[in-house]
Amino acid sequence: MKQTTSVNEQARGSRVSGSRAKKHRFHSFRRNWDLYLLFSPVIIYFVVFHYVPMYGVQIAFKDFIANKGITGSPWVGFKHFERFFDSFYFWRIMKNTLGIGLYELIVGFPIPILLALMIHEIRSGKFRRFVQTVTYMPHFLSTVVMVGMIMMFLSPVSGLINLAITALGGETISFMTEPGWFKSIFVWSGVWQTMGWSSIIYLAALAGVDPQLHDAAKVDGATRLERIWHVNIPGIAPTMVLLLILNVGSIMGVGFEKVFLMQNALNMEASDVIATNVYRSGILGAQYSYSAAVGLFNSVINFILLLTVNRIARKVSSSSLW
Amino acid sequence: MAQSRGDRAVEWMIYAALVLVSVVVLYPVFFVGIASISNPENVMRGEVWLWPKNISLVGYERLFANSELMKGYGNTLLYTVAGTMLNLVMTIAAAYPLSRPDFSGRTIFTILIVFTMFFSGGMIPTYLLIKDLGMLDTFWVMIIPSALSVWNMLIMKTFFQNSIPKEIQEAAFMDGCSNMKVLTRIVLPLSGPVLAVMVLFYAVGHWNSYFNALIYLSDRDKYPLQLFLREILVQGQMQEMVDISDDSLARSMMDAEAIKYAAVIITNLPMLILYPFLQKYFIKGVMIGAVKG
Repeated sequence: MKQTTSVNEQARGSRVSGSRAKKHRFHSFRRNWDLYLLFSPVIIYFVVFHYVPMYGVQIAFKDFIANKGITGSPWVGFKHFERFFDSFYFWRIMKNTLGIGLYELIVGFPIPILLALMIHEIRSGKFRRFVQTVTYMPHFLSTVVMVGMIMMFLSPVSGLINLAITALGGETISFMTEPGWFKSIFVWSGVWQTMGWSSIIYLAALAGVDPQLHDAAKVDGATRLERIWHVNIPGIAPTMVLLLILNVGSIMGVGFEKVFLMQNALNMEASDVIATNVYRSGILGAQYSYSAAVGLFNSVINFILLLTVNRIARKVSSSSLW
Repeated sequence: MAQSRGDRAVEWMIYAALVLVSVVVLYPVFFVGIASISNPENVMRGEVWLWPKNISLVGYERLFANSELMKGYGNTLLYTVAGTMLNLVMTIAAAYPLSRPDFSGRTIFTILIVFTMFFSGGMIPTYLLIKDLGMLDTFWVMIIPSALSVWNMLIMKTFFQNSIPKEIQEAAFMDGCSNMKVLTRIVLPLSGPVLAVMVLFYAVGHWNSYFNALIYLSDRDKYPLQLFLREILVQGQMQEMVDISDDSLARSMMDAEAIKYAAVIITNLPMLILYPFLQKYFIKGVMIGAVKG
């Protein structure tokens, strides 16, 4: 976002001098009316599909009555939030949401960096391209297919993994119905699917590392590992910080799609997260106000997390989201 | 410069690690492929590892015999084509004005748009809105609520700003071109790579999405492929496909597995065929985004 403003200022400077900015604004509107016309569907889209729901989120503080509409329903304050905090499910959901988020951060953040550092070391174009092609591919599998494949491979009856376990003399494990396995399956299959794609951004950063630094380090007698450690890693540190901010900011934002598909009655204890809870009580159970409150609670926490991490990053390093 | 022995050891370790990673990523997909064309009985017994055994296409036969699934395939194709076209128009309509330094209000518009990436009303208010708009169970609900992705819009805006020379546009204005003419005659013809990236990103997104369909559609005639796929792969509902004759239980269970393998392949076939050719565009897209940071 930082760049946006600087580009903006530069560009504005090139077209008008600052003192006449106000008059210019009017001129710009008259001269660029067709740009505004082009832009108007975009405004309508964002107002209707993004800002109207934000306005509608007030039902979290109301008892939503369908025929009175969102505005007409009576206010009830924090009733739904209190009900959520006091509910039997609260701690379970929080534990699972945070647990998955943290697990994902700890495993999912460093692995793409490691992969990028390794790919960057490969000089042979063909092998490099092969590794990249292969590791990016799973990114394009749909969540349904991904979960379908997980279930095929882990099936206690016909799954390859269990066939291997029994062939080695072990006991069949019913992975999908065992709550203890849920988080690991979720996180590691996610790594399998996204590590390649997530490494691209680091490869781009690595390509920008000044080769002269490497030459200088070589002259000083640095080994390959030392050059990776002292040249490449500092070179991509700003990118790492940015992605760390985004990752930490989404620690409570475990997506609905994959968890929902992997969920079943038996692993619920480990798999019930905020998003699936909102879906169950809201869309299926039609408790709109209550589930809107749960969802809002989640969005607010996510947003606060993001702001906090961003602030910390700005203090301790030079890079931040804005 | 000669490499020291330590450096060479590191290099070999990196090669070995990357070969291992590639095998781990590739093998599951490869396995599904060979399992889908093998006799289900051999697959069940774990005899299919590296090569298909007793070629059998029973999974594919059952899939193609299912008219609902084929309908889902058609629906997905329709949603993908129509949705991507709308996406493209909307993304250009947003990105081009925002890329123009003389488009006043662009900072505030950008902030308001980017804000929606980090904060949203959530599932329930959005659902109520869609319901109030009367869009539940319509074709439109599959394309309009996802008409624009902020991330993709930012990629395109960055491209317009950095890769289209300002001088060309200014020269065109001097010659009396209108904004629209500059956009359609100069900017878009120079934007081939980013347009390709957008089409690919959006099309893959539509092809793979199931969330909107799950929440907003209840009419099976409108279901996209992914929802039928969910029934087959995740919920194991495929009685119609399996129970067609007096087959034994074991037999129908094996067919069910074959159907699953075949379903994965059929769904991803367009992607698997096109992917190697399109890969460079995908990466280009991420790179454009990465420059932006």
